[in-house]
Amino acid sequence: MRGGRFLTAVVAPAVALVIAFGLAALALLLVDINPIDAYREMISFGTTTASLIITVNNAVPLFISALAVGIGFKMGLFNIGVEGTYLIAALFAAYVGALFSITTVLHVLSIMLVAVLVGALWAWIPAMLKVKRGVHEVISTIMLNFIAFALSAYLFLNVFRAETAGLTLATDLIPESGRMPSLNPLLGWFGIEPRAGANLHGFLLVAILLGIFYHYLVTKSRFGYDLRAAGINPSAAHASGVSPNRMIIWTMMISGGLAGLVGLSQLLGFFNQYPQDFPRNYGFNGIAVALLGRNHPVGMAFGALLFGFMQRSALILDLRNVPKEIVTIIQGIVVLAVVIVYEVISRYVQRRTVAAAARATASEPETVEAA
Amino acid sequence: MTALVERVRKLSRPARLTIIVSVAVLMMTIAEIVTGTTTLTSRSTASAALRLSIPILLAGLGGLYSERSGVVNIGLEGMMIAGTWFAAWGAWSFGPWEGVIFGLAGGALFGLLHALATVTFNVDHIVSGVAINILGLGAMRFLSSIVYTPETGGSVIQSPPVTGVSTLNFPFLSGGNLFGWHTPDFFGWLELQNIFLLSDFAGIFRGFTGGVSWLTLIGLALVPLSAWLLWRTAWGLRLRSCGEDPWAAESLGVPVLRMKYYAVVISGMLAGLAGGFLVLVQAGIYREGMTGGRGFIGLGAMIFGNWLPSGVLGGSLVFGFGDSLSFRGPAVVRSLILAVAIGLFAAAVYAVTRTRVRTAVIQALVAIGFLAFFLTVQVVPNQLLSATPYLITLLVLAAASQRLRMPAADGARYAKGEAR
Repeated sequence: MRGGRFLTAVVAPAVALVIAFGLAALALLLVDINPIDAYREMISFGTTTASLIITVNNAVPLFISALAVGIGFKMGLFNIGVEGTYLIAALFAAYVGALFSITTVLHVLSIMLVAVLVGALWAWIPAMLKVKRGVHEVISTIMLNFIAFALSAYLFLNVFRAETAGLTLATDLIPESGRMPSLNPLLGWFGIEPRAGANLHGFLLVAILLGIFYHYLVTKSRFGYDLRAAGINPSAAHASGVSPNRMIIWTMMISGGLAGLVGLSQLLGFFNQYPQDFPRNYGFNGIAVALLGRNHPVGMAFGALLFGFMQRSALILDLRNVPKEIVTIIQGIVVLAVVIVYEVISRYVQRRTVAAAARATASEPETVEAA
Repeated sequence: MTALVERVRKLSRPARLTIIVSVAVLMMTIAEIVTGTTTLTSRSTASAALRLSIPILLAGLGGLYSERSGVVNIGLEGMMIAGTWFAAWGAWSFGPWEGVIFGLAGGALFGLLHALATVTFNVDHIVSGVAINILGLGAMRFLSSIVYTPETGGSVIQSPPVTGVSTLNFPFLSGGNLFGWHTPDFFGWLELQNIFLLSDFAGIFRGFTGGVSWLTLIGLALVPLSAWLLWRTAWGLRLRSCGEDPWAAESLGVPVLRMKYYAVVISGMLAGLAGGFLVLVQAGIYREGMTGGRGFIGLGAMIFGNWLPSGVLGGSLVFGFGDSLSFRGPAVVRSLILAVAIGLFAAAVYAVTRTRVRTAVIQALVAIGFLAFFLTVQVVPNQLLSATPYLITLLVLAAASQRLRMPAADGARYAKGEAR
C-alpha cells in the first residue's frame, strides 16, 4: 500500500521530531526560557557556512555508525556494541597508522583496513557467542562495550601512548601521508570560502561510498536478499537454504567492520592521533539515527545531518544562558517518539488494510461462492 | 575423599553454600599467607565490598521485577542516574530520608516512561531502554545546570554536598550502642587475635556488621522480601506468569498490562534507590557519571543469578567484592589471583573424583594460567580490573547459558487480545 509506505517513511519521523521539539520547548518554558528564541538562535548560528561544514563533519561518524546498526537491524540483530567497537578500532588504527609512511592513498587505505579488521574481529566475539552458546547479542555487546572501554584505556596508557608526548596524552602523530585531505578546495569551486579552522573532512566521500555500498548490499545483492529474508522470517529463510548461523556471523562482522570506521573521520581529518579523550557516544547516537532513518541510507543521512546540526547549534545556547543539554533531551525523546509513532501508524495502516479487504470481500459474495 | 564429596552433595542448599563460602575464605587466607598481605579478608575490604554490592544488588533486583514480568530493562542505568540526581536534590532540600524518597520517585518516573513505551505502545524493549539511558543522562544534566549551577559547591556536573543516611554498629557483634550502653566489639576483638582462618572470618563479619548504613540493611532485606513477594503471593504468581506466558495469563483473567506496569515501575524505583544509595551512602554528593555503568552491572548480576533474588545477591556480592579490590591496591588483586588459582586446582581435584577428566584438565590448565599470571605480573592495572564484572558475566553466559533460564516470554511484544 503506497499511502502506508509514505506514512511510515516520512510522516513518522516528522511527527516524532515535532513531538521532541515540542516537549523540549515545554521543558524550556518550565524554567522560564523562551523556546522560540532558543530555537531561533540555534538556527541562525547553525546555518552559517562554518557551522554547516561542522554539521556535515559531525554527521559523518553518526551516519557510518547508523549504517553499522542498520545492517544488524535488517536481520533482526541489535548491535549495541558499536560504541566500544569504534573506540578499539580507532585506537589500533591510530597506532598502526603512525608506524609507517607510504603514498597517501595506500596509507589511508591501510589505516582503514586495520580499523575494519579490528572492528570485524571485535564483533566476531558476540557473533560466535550467539551462534555457539546462544548468548543474546544485546547482553553480550553491552558487556563487550565496557570491556572495550577498559581495554582501550589500558592499551592506550600502557602500550600505544606516545613516549614523547608533552602535556597532552595521545598516540604518535600519523604522518602527513596517512591523513585525509580536507575537501575545502572542492568547496572553493562552488565559490564557498570557509574561514580558517572550518575544514570539510575528506572522510565525507568515504561515508557516501559506504552509504551506496550499504544500499547495494542490502537491496541488490544475494547476501542482502538472504539477510532480509532471515530478518523477516528466519525459519522460512532456513528452509530455503539460508544458514542462519552463517548470516549472523557475517552480518555482525560487517556491522563491526563498519563500526570500526566510525572514529576515522575525526582521527584522520582532525586529531591525526588518538587523544585520551577521543570523542564518545557516536555508537549510541548511531542507534538513534538508524531508528530515525528507518535503516534506509537516505533516511539515515538525513537523521545524521539533523543530529550533527543539533550538536553544532547547541554550542550557541550556552552563550545565551540556555542549557545546551536540551539537545540531548531532544535526541532521547526523538528515539522514543519515532518508534512509538511508527508503531501507532503501522497499527492504523494495518487496520485500514484489513477494513479495505473486508469491504472488498463483502461486496463480492457471489464470486467467493463461485470459486 | 569421594565419600566426603558425596556427603556434601546431599546437604541442603544453605549448608552447601556455607561450605563453598568457607572454602573460598580458606583459599583467600592461604593466598594471604603466601603473599604476606592481610587486606583480602580485612574488615575494611569486607565492608567496602558490602557497600559497593548494594547498588548493584538494587539495580539487579530492579531488573528482576521487570524481566520477571516479561519486560527487558536495559534502561536501568538511566533510571539509576535519575535516582542519583533526585536523591541528591531531596537530601539537599529536605534531609537524607527525603532524599531516599525522591530517589525512588525519580527512578519510578523513568520506569513509568519505559512502561508507557513498552507496555502501552509495544515498542521494542531494547530501543526504549537505549532511549531512556540517553534521556536520563541529558535530562539530569539539564536539571543540574538549572538547579545546582547557581548554588555554592554545585555546578553543571555536581550537586552541593549532602548529608548521608546514618550508619550503625550491631550491638555485641561490633560494639554498637544499646540504650546508651557501649556493648563489647566481639568480631573486632577476634580479628585482632590473628588465629588462622577464625580471625579472617571475624574480619569479614566485622566488616558486615560494623558501620553499616540503614540503607544497606534495607537493601539486604529486599532480597527475602522480593523472593516472598514474587514466589509466595498470588500477586507474584500473576506477575511471573506475565513473563512466562502473557497470552495464557490473559486467558486466566490476569490483568497483564497492569501487572507489567507494576513491575516496570517497581523496577524503576529500585534502580532509583540504587542511585540514591550511591549519593546518600557512598559519595555524599551527586556527581555526573557516578553510576559508572552499575546499572548494567546490575543487569549482569541478575543474569549471573539466573533471574532469582538469591542469585542476584550472590552476583552482586561477587561484583561488589571485585569492585572493592580496585580501591585496595595491586597487592590485594595479586593475592586474589592466587586464591582463584588455588580454588581452581581444588575444583580440578574435585572433578577428578567425579571422573570428569576433561573438566579437570581444563580447570587445571586455567589454574596454571592464573598461577603464571600471579608469578609474572607484579601490578594488575586498574583499568583491566574494572572490566572484570562484565567479563565474568560474559563467561557465565558462555559457559552456563544452557543452565540459565530466563522468563520464557522475556522481551516478547504482547498486545492485549492478540494471538501470540
